Amino acid sequence: MKILVPVKRAIDYNVKVRVKADNSGVDLTNAKMAINPFCEIAVEEAVRLKEKGIAEEVVVVSVGNKSCQEQIRTALALGADRGIQIDTDESLDSLQIAKLLAKVVEKEAPKMVILGKQSIDSDNNQTGQMLAALTNMPQGTFASQVEVDGDSVKVTREIDGGLQTIALTLPAVVTTDLRLNEPRYASLPNIMKAKRKPLDVMPASDFGVELTSNVKVIKVEAPAQRKGGVKVADVAELVDKLKNEAKVI
Amino acid sequence: MTVLVYAEHDNSQLKSETAKLVHAATKIGGDIHVLVAGSNCEGIASEAAKIDDVAKVLLVDNENFEHQLAENTADLLVEIGKDYSHILASASTTGKNFMPRVAALLDVAQLSDVIGVESDDTFVRPIYAGNAIATVQSSDSIKVLTVRASAFDAQATGNNAEIEKLDKGSEAKGVSFVGEELTESERPELGAAEIVISGGRGMQNGENFALLEGIADKLGAAIGASRAAVDAGFVPNDMQVGQTGKIVAPQLYIAVGISGAIQHLAGMKDSKVIVAINKDEEAPIFQVADYGLVGDLFDILPELEKSV
Ligand SMILES: Cc1cc2nc3c(=O)[nH]c(=O)nc-3n(C[C@H](O)[C@H](O)[C@H](O)COP(=O)(O)OP(=O)(O)OC[C@H]3O[C@@H](n4cnc5c(N)ncnc54)[C@H](O)[C@@H]3O)c2cc1C
Ligand SMILES: Nc1ncnc2c1ncn2[C@@H]1O[C@H](COP(=O)(O)O)[C@@H](O)[C@H]1O
Repeated sequence: MKILVPVKRAIDYNVKVRVKADNSGVDLTNAKMAINPFCEIAVEEAVRLKEKGIAEEVVVVSVGNKSCQEQIRTALALGADRGIQIDTDESLDSLQIAKLLAKVVEKEAPKMVILGKQSIDSDNNQTGQMLAALTNMPQGTFASQVEVDGDSVKVTREIDGGLQTIALTLPAVVTTDLRLNEPRYASLPNIMKAKRKPLDVMPASDFGVELTSNVKVIKVEAPAQRKGGVKVADVAELVDKLKNEAKVI
Repeated sequence: MTVLVYAEHDNSQLKSETAKLVHAATKIGGDIHVLVAGSNCEGIASEAAKIDDVAKVLLVDNENFEHQLAENTADLLVEIGKDYSHILASASTTGKNFMPRVAALLDVAQLSDVIGVESDDTFVRPIYAGNAIATVQSSDSIKVLTVRASAFDAQATGNNAEIEKLDKGSEAKGVSFVGEELTESERPELGAAEIVISGGRGMQNGENFALLEGIADKLGAAIGASRAAVDAGFVPNDMQVGQTGKIVAPQLYIAVGISGAIQHLAGMKDSKVIVAINKDEEAPIFQVADYGLVGDLFDILPELEKSV
């Protein structure tokens, strides 16, 4: 079967972000960018399914400008077979991304689409669910275990109360949680090999999807900073402060 | 303008999030309806009807909703919700699962993790793990929001709203429930507790979490953990606090053997008072802690248990 993995270029998770002085957004100039950690887990899972002989082909797709080709190449170096860049300079909402991805699903007819559960920049946690709705596929979100069995997939999901297991009929959408797997590091030979793997570029404007968002960002501000507090000498002082100063116990 | 609030529950209990969502809804304006969808959940509807300012509770009691699967729950919300101006659900793993489907089927955007309501079309939400706060305005005909319950006070109770039973609901297609492993605990829920004590990688193993339990029992606290502690298998996933785990804002948060990575801070930095216990005086957690105690947790915790 074919697996489609949408990947997003996002700020590296170690970078401490700064809000722009004019409050129009977050300053990304010269910021280190990377493949969104949850998407990396999605690529790893697809590649493992290929290594187990369950999947034949892993196709990665990213919506963004030319720079997201870097993340597509990273995914190819991790073991994906081919890449698609849907080229656009617009900053899109999850709904528009999902609509573009739905067109790719229509064309590629994958048996499974594995996405990250969440982008670590927008913190949206929406695209996979929206794609599932638009393509009328069942969904297994926040997956910590994925087991393909013939024409169905069993997904163990991390939920607020613990774990839930559901079975989905393929084709289906899965979104990854952190504990699904630990992504490998790309080896140098694989990074070199990835440069020669096919990467198609398609303009987003060719997809017949309305690319304007109905959500306008009015301002982006830094969060209220906590004042650094005090160090206490010992447990007795801590308990005294909590009882008599903060009055929380 | 009428706001529809999806009640957070597990068929046996109405979760405390619901009253907080209703409070958020009062800031939007208009009438407020609460939808209770589940199986054998009449009791939940009666509980929801007590929340002040709720004009009506809609009850869909149907075995197809026993597990609140995303596929048919979303279809139900699209059918009922299309006549509303706003649809709100908690930013819990239940709400996050079905709400984006609702939005996509209604062809509108979804706003995730709303922490503030400025007006009926302008909302505040954290991005970049809470390191930036965005104010956004939506011109969509129906606003679909998941709401971070911990950012709102609970609406008072004492109301007696009308309950309307609706005969709706289809089977979820292409998906079946296999089973679940829920963590049983006598302690308060992480999201609702007044005091939370969390352990990180510094706890070394799962057995050592007993050192936190003694203190939690005395303080009536919930127990949380960092991702490192969960990944290492010390404790189950539902205890993770952070960007990708639970967001808590208790009166008191005690971080033990946790370094204070931004992803962890994202889940607890809105706590009223933060205490950090760490042997490394340079640990970033001390930058957000009101009270920091530098030392070995294995010495400190037993003493703390005796003193509280
Ligand atoms: C996409 C993404 C999402 C993430 N989401 C989350 C999330 O939701 N929640 C989360 O917590 N993390 C999350 N993380 C992980 C996060 O980046 C950190 O790796 C994690 O929080 C570290 O956990 P820790 O503080 O327990 O471990 P460490 O960073 O290893 O810190 C252990 C601390 O314990 C102290 N210590 C050790 N022994 C003792 C002792 N005997 N006495 C006292 N102190 C001691 C050490 O000094 C150290 O400060 C995420 C990461 C990514 C990439
Ligand atoms: N621009 C994009 N291109 C490709 N995939 C994306 C893009 N944005 C989001 N996704 C996918 O959707 C997942 C969830 O993103 P989000 O809904 O934005 O939190 C990501 O982990 C990706 O797998």
